[in-house]
Amino acid sequence: MITIEPEKIHKALSDLRAEGYDFLRSLTGMDWGEEGLGVVYHLEKTTTGENKVIKTITANRENPELPSVCDLWKAAEFNEREAYDFFGIHFIGHPDMRRLYLREDWVGHPFRKDYDDSLNPLRMTNEEPDDVTHHYEELPDGSVIEKRDVLFDEDEYIINIGPQHPATHGVLRFRVSLEGEIIKKLDVHCGYIHRGVEKMCESLTYPQTLALTDRLDYLGAHQNRHALCMCIEKAMGIEVSDRVQYIRTIMDELQRIDSHLLFFSCLCMDLGALTAFFYGFRDREKILDIFEATTGGRLIQNYNTIGGVQYDIAPDFVQKVKEFIAYLRPMLKEYHEVFTGNVIAHGRLDGVGILSREDAISFGATGGTGRASGWACDVRKRHPYAMYGKVDFKEIVRTEGDCFARYMVRMEEILESMHIIEQLIDNIPEGPFQEKTKAIIKVPEGSYYAAVEGSRGEFGVFLESRGDKHPYRLKFRSTGLPLVSIMETVCRGAKIADLIAIGGTVDYVVPDIDR
Amino acid sequence: MEIKKPTIKSIPYEEFKNNEYLEDMVKQLNENGANVWMGCMDDLINWGRSNSLWPLTFATSCCGIEFMAVGAARYDFARFGFEVARASPRQADMIMVAGTITHKMAPVLKRLYDQMADPKYVIAVGGCAISGGPFKKSYHVLNGVDKILPVDVYIPGCPPRPEALLYGMMQLQRKVKLEKFFGGVNRKEEKK
Repeated sequence: MITIEPEKIHKALSDLRAEGYDFLRSLTGMDWGEEGLGVVYHLEKTTTGENKVIKTITANRENPELPSVCDLWKAAEFNEREAYDFFGIHFIGHPDMRRLYLREDWVGHPFRKDYDDSLNPLRMTNEEPDDVTHHYEELPDGSVIEKRDVLFDEDEYIINIGPQHPATHGVLRFRVSLEGEIIKKLDVHCGYIHRGVEKMCESLTYPQTLALTDRLDYLGAHQNRHALCMCIEKAMGIEVSDRVQYIRTIMDELQRIDSHLLFFSCLCMDLGALTAFFYGFRDREKILDIFEATTGGRLIQNYNTIGGVQYDIAPDFVQKVKEFIAYLRPMLKEYHEVFTGNVIAHGRLDGVGILSREDAISFGATGGTGRASGWACDVRKRHPYAMYGKVDFKEIVRTEGDCFARYMVRMEEILESMHIIEQLIDNIPEGPFQEKTKAIIKVPEGSYYAAVEGSRGEFGVFLESRGDKHPYRLKFRSTGLPLVSIMETVCRGAKIADLIAIGGTVDYVVPDIDR
Repeated sequence: MEIKKPTIKSIPYEEFKNNEYLEDMVKQLNENGANVWMGCMDDLINWGRSNSLWPLTFATSCCGIEFMAVGAARYDFARFGFEVARASPRQADMIMVAGTITHKMAPVLKRLYDQMADPKYVIAVGGCAISGGPFKKSYHVLNGVDKILPVDVYIPGCPPRPEALLYGMMQLQRKVKLEKFFGGVNRKEEKK
């Protein structure tokens, strides 16, 4: 990790950007106590896959100010708002310095080590709609001023969608400014399911933190937990057995199929094809049965542990998985007959909500969304982990970048996942399913990053440890946050009805955005 | 593998009851003899009402997916009269609070509840809605939805299994059958 002074950080980062570091993997706000507040940047070159970690610290705790990097990576827009919300760091040059998750009348910044929770009782008053925002600008003489900006004019026609709306897939809220039925501007409000998971982790022991990851993106429960276990194992130098690697990989892929089936069901339901919804859920139950037999949980499995998995696989696991794969292949053909070839589906999806490759990289929109825009961003290929380096599978990439491409990428990924499982399922080696670990797990001092390909993109874990049994700071790189941050770009100029199709195909899970 | 019989120290097994007290309450209410005609009308109305409870599509997190599973092909709550989930609170009879309620969401949930037409019922689904669950110590999570809404049925679990959800919903149906429209009062006045 390289430390750079706040005065030089913008110059240094723009040099790196020019050098080809075009993907901002993660931007993490930090509170180092006495040393001050700061930010950690994880950068990657998409061409070569090289990584760099940069950090910057400002000692001023009263009024911390750092330059914004919004002009270099669009992904910084939401991530810097998050850092402002949690740590109170003002980013100079950021166009919209509002809180991202918490209410505007929230007192203090909860992730600071000196935060006082008693100042924020439950407020039952309704939120004020915020039509104005502010940003910080640096004058030539070095002083910083605050300026007000108008988000929505008084005579604009604004429609509020959410937080309680069946098509936002959870409690997400959009404020949309319309001209006729064309979307002129879209403002995303997050935080209706912000549970403060990262802050809670700071007071939990490592095995306890595992339980919370499953509940972030509950359609990628297994993968999320895999990422955190991998990060802790990497930090502690634990090598897990081949058997565990096989089991984890198979479970990850089953989870991916489960998630994509739910994606199919919900997208179809949003577009009015209710029959397809029942088809998807019917087949999804079969995966949940397999999960349940081995892990005891249907949706949330709590299966991975540090150094292995909780239980050995059920005796009929192999046979059940094979039966399921044999069952699903013809069903997928049926899905395509029911929905994919449908004229209405094509009308609603073709050419709608186009995301360019440059934007996908700049926003860091990974997963099916990025791959539909022509960006080969699969972590399983970029940084192979578990068994992915040894199995043969194709990364599905399409170039259209529209809703239909996003839909087809996920449908074809189901086939690839089945292909991966087929290669592994017969050869699960013998061995222990759990390595011996100490009773109290302490991670050596340092900072670690591990990422997996979640159901909807790169799920990363950034862990900073001070040698304690609690993490000093645990940050989850959300797969969903970049996906909602593209909504404004993608939806601008589209029709209001297309918002539903775009939201459905982008496929975010809201508790994962809000964490 | 042998499975041990689960024991919970604080509650002896005998104390797990199937809520028979609900039927006992009906008996108590009718103790002094209900008018035959009005009693029958009550039964008829309660039969109709308890078998057409339409839930609001309200879900904030994980439990919402299980709620969808209960509505889908295998479990299908329409069999028990929860016919369709309504997206508008004006058309819904009950709200299943499925998922964590945060401080920012709490006023919105209260507003949704206020918008529903009487009579209305609330089911708290899962650990988070009951007490805050795994997120009890968070700075932004409401510790139990019963702090802001009157809750009729609690369904524990994280998330509860679909069978548990169905069981909880059927308990609500039993509760609905307790109400009297014609044949007397809904609660027994204490004798002075």
